[in-house]
Amino acid sequence: MTESTAVAVEHLSKHFGSRVAFDDVSFEVGYGEVFGFLGPNGAGKTTTVRTLGTLIAPTTGSATVAGIPLTAANGPAIRTRISIMPESPGLYLRLTVAENLECFAGLYGLSEPRDRIRRALEAVNLVDRAGDACGSLSKGLRQRVALARAVLNDPAVLFLDEPTSGLDPVAAREVHDLIASLRERGVTIFLTTHRLDEAERLCHRVAILNTTLRLIGRPAELRAQLFNRKLQVRTRAAIEDPSQVFAGLTGVRGWEAGPSGSYALTVADPDAAAPDVARALVHAGADILSIAESRHTLEDVYLELIDEDVEARRR
Amino acid sequence: MNIRWVRINAIFRKELRDYRRNRFITVFTMAALPLIFVTLPMIQLFTINASLSNARLDTRIGLSLLYMLIIPTIIPSTLAAYSVVGEREQATLEPVLITPIHPQEFLIGKALAALVPTLVVAYTVFGVFLAGAAIFAQPAVVSAVFNPGHLLIQLLFTPLLAGWSIWVGIAVSARVSDVRAAQQLGTLASLPPLAVVALVTFNVINPTPALAFGLAAALLAIDTLAWRVVATMFNRERLVTGRK
Repeated sequence: MTESTAVAVEHLSKHFGSRVAFDDVSFEVGYGEVFGFLGPNGAGKTTTVRTLGTLIAPTTGSATVAGIPLTAANGPAIRTRISIMPESPGLYLRLTVAENLECFAGLYGLSEPRDRIRRALEAVNLVDRAGDACGSLSKGLRQRVALARAVLNDPAVLFLDEPTSGLDPVAAREVHDLIASLRERGVTIFLTTHRLDEAERLCHRVAILNTTLRLIGRPAELRAQLFNRKLQVRTRAAIEDPSQVFAGLTGVRGWEAGPSGSYALTVADPDAAAPDVARALVHAGADILSIAESRHTLEDVYLELIDEDVEARRR
Repeated sequence: MNIRWVRINAIFRKELRDYRRNRFITVFTMAALPLIFVTLPMIQLFTINASLSNARLDTRIGLSLLYMLIIPTIIPSTLAAYSVVGEREQATLEPVLITPIHPQEFLIGKALAALVPTLVVAYTVFGVFLAGAAIFAQPAVVSAVFNPGHLLIQLLFTPLLAGWSIWVGIAVSARVSDVRAAQQLGTLASLPPLAVVALVTFNVINPTPALAFGLAAALLAIDTLAWRVVATMFNRERLVTGRK
């Protein structure tokens, strides 16, 4: 762990009796990083966040949060320096937006609470709704109020637990934009989600949890780790003898024919292999429709891992 | 432990704002219930025959005054029953527990928010009752109502009974998973001290000032102990996960 480490977790586990919520989890998150924590329902994401937020005591292992060792005695000190936005906004619906934030400014013991509240509302573009009762707001606006509450104490680490759960695409995009603006301001964000597009768009690194930590790294690294790089080739008509065209090309490690003139070529470097492939196809008299690198999404990585887990459990 | 007033005040103010905008609390708990408990004893008072023997007169007046003490028993138990389980049901408890607030600060804030409105309502109702008695009741009844022993019992036991109801209500609220169960159990558990006070009010136990102060001191000790017990029951992990 270095001074630039916001969260360091070593062999952390939480068991509820015989049920394992998460087991032997280790990772580090740097200051200013947006770290995605992915996993299916019941994978232990929320329990991990609650443990790091000192709401739940770990069964084994150790962690440091915002530079403070995770112990029961350090709970208040850690909670002063972090913030958690739970999946449900949990607002006092009869109170106005400003009154909700005023209550939490008091709970954090903030000096100049009015100024802090104004800045938090500006951060989520809700200044004009400060006097509205939270019960009268849409789901998306309530989520924004919860986000304002979460940034009220200028946390060193901000934990966002499924921040777009249950939101429509427009409201989800608004929340994404707010998270992106926090990222630009250098806020350390620990984002749990099962929305892979969200993680791919917002996170510097992601970890995939399914009770145990399955993979951790940048989305591109994870793709490279799990999948071979491929070129997708489409021709107007099927090539008579594709093995003669592709087999001799340097950089092409293998190929598979798809339906009606489509081929998937396994390559080491798509940029280097593509011109050779194009020349070989022209030489063979094929009419090329397209040659493009096949992009594996984070979703492919995720599904590959989760499918492996399901298969392993079946065995 | 460093208890900070700013956090207690944050909970206290939030609760009062919430009560004010909760129609059930403003209409039923703060208005209708006290109205019932001032009307019934007033009717008792005005229908008392002044020629009754002293003992019977005292019993009738004791019954009227007992109604007054039901207010600090029932109102805070209703409010306190909601304090933890209500927040859990609304998913507002977890955001509060994530802050640096200490359990004792949370509990004091909640308790004050139940105690202050209760005292305002209970003393106001008692004031109305005394004023009604002074203006409309027969002289013999008035002098029995304004007996210093009765007044002392009302003034002393109103906050102490409320204190007991609050801690029992919060304790129940922290353990159950449903608001209705919390209200029913909280109300039931708040009644036993009222039985002792009833014995004093009906002169079964002679209400000397020494006895009144002794009982008050005992109730104060029980209230303090209850606060400590409730604070130890306040476990973040159990409250967040709902596990027993």
